Amino acid sequence: MAQTQEIIAGLFPNASFEESDILTVVIDDAQWHDLAKTLRDNPELSFDFLVTIVGMDWVEKLGCIYYLTSTKFNKRIAVKVATTDRINPALTSIADLWHIAGIYEREVYDFFGIVFIGNPDMRRLFLSIDWKGFPLRKDYDANPEVNPVPQDNERQSDFTDVYTRSADGKVEVHQERVFEENDFVVNIGPQHPATHGVLRFRTAVDGETIKKIDVYMGYIHRGVEKICESLTYPQTLHFMDRLDYFSAHPYHHGLCLTIEEAAGIEISRRAQVIRVMMDELSRIASHCLFIGTFCMDLGATTMLFYALRVREQILDIMEKTCGARMTFNYECIGGVMQDLAPDFVSDVKALLAVIPQNLKEYDKLFVGNVITKNRMEGVGILSRENAISWGVTGPSGRASGWACDVRKTNPYSIYSELQFDEVVRTEGDSMARFKVRMDEIAQSARILEQLVDNIPDGEYCVKVPKVIKLPVGHWFRTVEGCRGTFGVYLESDGTTNPFRLKLVTPSLPAAAVVDTLTRGGKIADLITIGGSLDYIVPDIDR
Amino acid sequence: MEVTTKSMPYQAWKDNEYIESLVKELQDNGTNVIVGSLDKLINWGRSNSIWPLTFATSCCGIEFVSLGAARYDMARFGWEVARSSPRQADFIMVAGTIVHRMAPVLRRLYDQLAEPKYVIACGACAVSGGPFKKSYHVVMGVDKIIPVDVYLPGCPPRPEAMIYSIMQLSRKIKVEKFFGGVNRQEKQEEFLKNHPIEGADD
Amino acid sequence: MFDFSQITDWIHATLLSFMPEWLAVTAECVLIGVILLLVYSLLALFYIYFERKVCAAFQCRLGPNRVGPMGLLQSFADMFKMLIKEIISLNNTDKFLFALAPYLVILASMLAFAVLPWGNGLQVIDFNIGIFFLIAVSSIGVLGILLAGWSSNNKFTLIGALRSGAQMVSYELSIGLSVLTMVCFAGTMSVGGIVDAQKDLWFIFSGHIPAIIAFIIYLIAGTAETNRGPFDLPEAESELTAGYHTEYSGIHFGFFYLAEYLNLFIVSGVATLLFFGGWMPLHIPGWEGFNHIMDYIPSVVWFIGKAIALSFIIIWFKWTFPRLRIDQMLALEWKYLLPINLFNLVLMVLVIVYGIHF
Repeated sequence: MAQTQEIIAGLFPNASFEESDILTVVIDDAQWHDLAKTLRDNPELSFDFLVTIVGMDWVEKLGCIYYLTSTKFNKRIAVKVATTDRINPALTSIADLWHIAGIYEREVYDFFGIVFIGNPDMRRLFLSIDWKGFPLRKDYDANPEVNPVPQDNERQSDFTDVYTRSADGKVEVHQERVFEENDFVVNIGPQHPATHGVLRFRTAVDGETIKKIDVYMGYIHRGVEKICESLTYPQTLHFMDRLDYFSAHPYHHGLCLTIEEAAGIEISRRAQVIRVMMDELSRIASHCLFIGTFCMDLGATTMLFYALRVREQILDIMEKTCGARMTFNYECIGGVMQDLAPDFVSDVKALLAVIPQNLKEYDKLFVGNVITKNRMEGVGILSRENAISWGVTGPSGRASGWACDVRKTNPYSIYSELQFDEVVRTEGDSMARFKVRMDEIAQSARILEQLVDNIPDGEYCVKVPKVIKLPVGHWFRTVEGCRGTFGVYLESDGTTNPFRLKLVTPSLPAAAVVDTLTRGGKIADLITIGGSLDYIVPDIDR
Repeated sequence: MEVTTKSMPYQAWKDNEYIESLVKELQDNGTNVIVGSLDKLINWGRSNSIWPLTFATSCCGIEFVSLGAARYDMARFGWEVARSSPRQADFIMVAGTIVHRMAPVLRRLYDQLAEPKYVIACGACAVSGGPFKKSYHVVMGVDKIIPVDVYLPGCPPRPEAMIYSIMQLSRKIKVEKFFGGVNRQEKQEEFLKNHPIEGADD
Repeated sequence: MFDFSQITDWIHATLLSFMPEWLAVTAECVLIGVILLLVYSLLALFYIYFERKVCAAFQCRLGPNRVGPMGLLQSFADMFKMLIKEIISLNNTDKFLFALAPYLVILASMLAFAVLPWGNGLQVIDFNIGIFFLIAVSSIGVLGILLAGWSSNNKFTLIGALRSGAQMVSYELSIGLSVLTMVCFAGTMSVGGIVDAQKDLWFIFSGHIPAIIAFIIYLIAGTAETNRGPFDLPEAESELTAGYHTEYSGIHFGFFYLAEYLNLFIVSGVATLLFFGGWMPLHIPGWEGFNHIMDYIPSVVWFIGKAIALSFIIIWFKWTFPRLRIDQMLALEWKYLLPINLFNLVLMVLVIVYGIHF
């Protein structure tokens, strides 16, 4: 860390450094683009993965915190850029350096109204064109009369806004077409069986060949981050169930870890083991459902029912312990809500007994099929560089040869003691993404096998204060959700509510990359690629 | 009159008062015998064949998938013919949160459904906004946009609850008059008059 | 074997006894029309039920079992519902073509229905180019589908219709060629003649290798013709919502829905006719006792039973295989099935010329 600081200080004398959990650089907007370029390209730094852009409203100023990770050295750095102009805030875009930055910047613009100069597409991301105000600003007017429930069809524009800075420093705006004038644009979604929810693709096609896709999100944007700011810490937890509802346990785990780290709470080993077991169980359940829905998208409906069998068995185990089938709200600050059900161990053993033969069955039924191979092999190839630049983590990233499993790169909880392999494939196509998930089921089962007989005794939840107040500061934690890296950025001002809670979800990059992957493919390939990326729409929109 | 469906005993239903009052209201003016028995035949068909629209926005949608899977198997009741085209479906199961941006889309879907059409508000979000009550972007209950026939609480409701709710809908259809009266449509038109929308005709 | 022409002759004679011939013929036509319609709809309803049950069995489910005994009345309930559903008329569409399309589709399958050999002497019309007529009328269906997709004025339906057009025109070739192969073998185009030629042994056995190849190709192409999985691209749910009939509601949609199942029956019926002896019972040369017992089973049961057994295989396809992509589907036809088919035709001719068949 010290070495990184030296390099940056040498090149950018104006940069200042903040003490935090990780190295934080504060830089002026004018130099930000140069710094970003250096951070990415300097071989001694090579921060090539943009984890997220956290938009911030510090009341006296607006700004962003950029979290960057070096996949080569496994190091992380944060960069703060801010502006004091609240009327027309503008920052320099880094969309030309990282593909995903373009989307993240649109998100920040949507929530905070910060304009990014140089971003080729500065439309709102989640909210509609006519939305008044920027909801995550502290001075946002939440009066429902300002933004009533719309009765008319949404207005939509065929143009994007592009902001540029002219020679004399003035910000200018001009418009550019999204599609060419005579394109045949098919609207797929938001109500469409293959979008896994309410995602919308405006697809320009030439016959059956896709020319360009414009992804519209926000059809299930529920404003979780804003609601959390008015809730106490334990109250914020239950929203984690409802983002990616298949990774309820890992997401809970992530937020709990962050809050526990901030509050300095040590949890018992029993609670840690229970959390990890629940994480892995939900990973198996999630991947099973992925296999099912993906095959259904390809037309093999029967596979869905075969895959759901295992999922139902896992849900039974969860239900006995957590009391619910999907929204568990099981992990809490200090441990878990309830002790394990008495027959948890025997149930998990019964599950572990059926998983290998089920995997074999899926393989025989589906993967060996010649039609499947034709539909999936070589379709939607995502290179390693693109995966990193687009920030596609999780099984999809690992299918492109990027070892990005947080359980290995930054082990949390008891993962460092466990024996399991990180499944990495190099093909990067839809088949690889499918196979990675199949193999991860086996690896998760392996973790469960190690733990199921070794659940230590002890308390399942340590004593925590009734009212949880965090010290002033900010924390950023990542965990491995079922679909990739889930990050929590938490900023506290010393009260019982978070000042800012930013959730970094893996599905947003996965949906953003669809356009790149589908170009030149057929309409049917869009379904294959979308299915294999396995995004969950509420996880995108939050 | 004991209205029941799918060989459920009448006592097993939870809200018989409501259905009884509905029946009473409907039978106030009496019906022609021929029209009445024709109604019965048609209502038998209608109440036993309610096809859902594949529509899901979030968690409840996954429970709806589970409902179709082997353990709960809604095919037993003949509901498994989920149509993706609203023209061919009989009811929308509003499974999941409806946000501002989705509201006109849902309304449009409802307008595209062919009569007779029904709506089940499935899950806390669709009933009232649920856990997102404080949100700036969530519609607090879909009954603000479209008329709802059955409310189904839960977050998400269990598949068993979903079966129960569709059965309730089926029971409601059973007592309706198709030829004898137009009470349902009148109510619906009244609702639509109070909630106007542009471009609803196409 | 009971000959149904005895009954038809008797009806004809009875009618003639109290009315002039022209009136008798008219009455018979009406009667046949009504019976055909009735059989048509009953068969379609049965097929819908059958498919739902089979699909449920493949998916470890139960399938419809609440409406009526074992859910048998489920499709009747669906029919009642469908009949009274609102038929939505759309603005900015060609209303006449929009309404015409479902009738064209159902007309095609109904005409094809008429020439199927239902039983011994039970056939609406048996003329010398029966098979030719069958192929001709079944290709009217694609016109209905194209019209439906075009007149709906919707992008999804248009893509669905164009896919369907490309698919059906291509696979018609395979069907035609494999039928031609069997016609060569039978030496006649008359439906009755083909059935009679299989009196001793079904063609699939007597024609051995070329007949089996023709049968496999016919089954694949037939599946494609009926727009069923893995060739259900025109109505691929996950891609095009409901394909070419997205905008149809009520009974108009019902027509498409029924026609889909009826086409399934017709495709398997024609396969039965060409390869499995039509209504002919299973006869094995030399096993007189066995053949005699087989003759006791009525010919109608033989025909429908064989057709349903073949339909079962096609339904099995649908619930097992994933869907093909449009380019792969066309490549399968033009690059594989068509050359194999042409080669097979030559093979069949050689088999006939040298008499190396049973």
